[in-house]
Amino acid sequence: MTNPKTGTPLVELRDISIAFGGIKAVDHVTVDLYPGEVVGLLGHNGAGKSTLIKCLSGAYKADSGDVFINGERVEINNPRDARAQNIETIYQTLALADNLDAASNLFLGREIVNGMGFVDESKMEAETRKIMARLNPTVRKFKVPVSALSGGQRQSVAIARAVYFNAKILIMDEPTAALGPQETQMVSELILELKAQGLGIFLIEHDIHNVMKLCDRASVMKNGQLVGTVNVADVTDEDILGMIILGKKPAKAA
Amino acid sequence: MTDKSHSPQTAATSEGALGRFMRATEIDPRLLGMVGALLLIWLSFHLYGAILLDGGTFLTPRNLWNLSVQTASIGIMATGMVLVIITRNIDLSVGSIVGVVGMYAGLLQVEWLPPSMGLGHPALWIIAVVFGIALGTLIGALHGSLIAFLNIPSFIVTLGGLLLWRGVAFLASDGRTISPVDPTFALIGGGPYGSIGSTGSWIVCALACAGVIWMMVRGRASRKLHGFAMRPMWAEYTMAIINCGVILIATLVVNSYGWPKGILKDYYATLGQEVPEGAFIAHGFAIPVLILAAVTIAMTILMTRTRFGRYVFAIGGNPEAATLSGINTRAMTVKIFALMGGLAGIAAVIASARLNSATNALGDLDELLVIAAAVVGGTSLAGGVGTISGAIIGALILVSLQTGMVLIGFGDGSYRKIVIGLALVLAVYLDIVYRKRIK
Repeated sequence: MTNPKTGTPLVELRDISIAFGGIKAVDHVTVDLYPGEVVGLLGHNGAGKSTLIKCLSGAYKADSGDVFINGERVEINNPRDARAQNIETIYQTLALADNLDAASNLFLGREIVNGMGFVDESKMEAETRKIMARLNPTVRKFKVPVSALSGGQRQSVAIARAVYFNAKILIMDEPTAALGPQETQMVSELILELKAQGLGIFLIEHDIHNVMKLCDRASVMKNGQLVGTVNVADVTDEDILGMIILGKKPAKAA
Repeated sequence: MTDKSHSPQTAATSEGALGRFMRATEIDPRLLGMVGALLLIWLSFHLYGAILLDGGTFLTPRNLWNLSVQTASIGIMATGMVLVIITRNIDLSVGSIVGVVGMYAGLLQVEWLPPSMGLGHPALWIIAVVFGIALGTLIGALHGSLIAFLNIPSFIVTLGGLLLWRGVAFLASDGRTISPVDPTFALIGGGPYGSIGSTGSWIVCALACAGVIWMMVRGRASRKLHGFAMRPMWAEYTMAIINCGVILIATLVVNSYGWPKGILKDYYATLGQEVPEGAFIAHGFAIPVLILAAVTIAMTILMTRTRFGRYVFAIGGNPEAATLSGINTRAMTVKIFALMGGLAGIAAVIASARLNSATNALGDLDELLVIAAAVVGGTSLAGGVGTISGAIIGALILVSLQTGMVLIGFGDGSYRKIVIGLALVLAVYLDIVYRKRIK
């Protein structure tokens, strides 16, 4: 596997710290991501992966540290700022409004409006039908709240939301956690497809096999601190598990 | 395959004519149920009067006209309460906002401005109306800010508001009744002069029908453009006939309620004439009812066609998802409560105009009727669900129960309260049963 780590990274989270009530959830962590690369973020529950990533998606504001996009320092104070930088996030909870239909969720916060400023519902539904036909053709109910869809279909709606708006940086927080084998396969293929299109993807993942299969590099966190970042091709799954469990960095680390 | 009732084919063919009709016309069965309940209530009150008393008085043009006027202020506030409840909040202060806005708008036009502007100045009513709506909006925005930025629960903020603003309304005039209001202002409350008459009502009727048909044509064109399934033409015609029929019947009713004799006499006296034999001047639609209609249309557009409306539903469905989607939920809360306050301001204008005076008891306990109207109309207290049209029908149901009890001789407040209390609980129970069944 070729190492894409040359030139300016697409994203660099430099020296990020954030504490909640005295507990350091993220403690001086630096990670980066290159275009066309999938970086796995690994660690136990509570290691600080999701918190770190929320500083990039705008859900949290870091206490200290900087975010660089294409080498330029940017301020991300809320989810709108992140979206403006073409950062899209697929949350573990999916972050769908269950009472709204697929189109309303897909375009939430970015509705298509007509010349009079009114929401163009038909256009949004038509666009939603198009992208869902590509991502998950099993979704056929477009007039019902997403609570009526299956877990995998709901996941597809959340993914469609990120893909539709031409993300350059994609954050996926355990995208396959609630999915069956077939749907997991679908998501894996999508990740590889998006990667081939030149997106940078942060993938929070627990399944070590998925990590070995999908990720170029893996950054491991433990107790809010970065254990290390490795080239997945250079290490074994035991090495990575050792990092997760013992916080021990293997000799051949990148 | 012994049990054929479970095969999909049988299910499709056994879908009765009613089911097909409902699906083709896309009528919300819940809304239809509420309209049915409303008609049942009307018919029951009428028959009770017809059978046990001197005669049915409920389904008369006079009572229905009065009902429409009485529903106006509650209905206007109920449309705002829908937004408040959808976003998982509550506003207990609307009745007191009506009181304080009515009082200050009254003081403004009766005591403060006339000395400098002169009594009956043509701009007086405009200033009073604008001031009233602005004051209501401001109070609502204040409540919303406390809820959004200091994280005080809306129940507490508006419970405080309920007490506080009622107290302010009393102190503003030391408990005096401010009366009479500006004569032009008084027209907003309805009454024979505050109605648009027969010709005006027919014009409104024609415009409304044209509007209904225009919207249906546009809706169809939009579906065609994007290649979505279309309603069959017979369903389109049926819906057009039903909608225009309701508007037509309402117009006929308000146009067959004539001015009372005393008013006729006054009116012809100002013309220097005797009352002619068989004189009949129709009320037509009352101005507050037209305001209610305008508010209903505006709020429906706001909720279904704008980003604002979508965000209201999104916040109600999943506040966290709304925030993560970049929606400024705090600003939304302030705006929603400000809107609620503004609508309470309009309701205060109508209520004080109708009374022709401002008292510190104006709007007392309105908050309960308004919340009940929204909830009876299908707004879920769990958040995320509710419609403007439902709230209007809810308001009609509650006001019908109130006036109906008076008409059949149970005007004593206690009976009315018992019936409305029972109706509220029953309505919510039926709603729960209905929602379970469609799941």
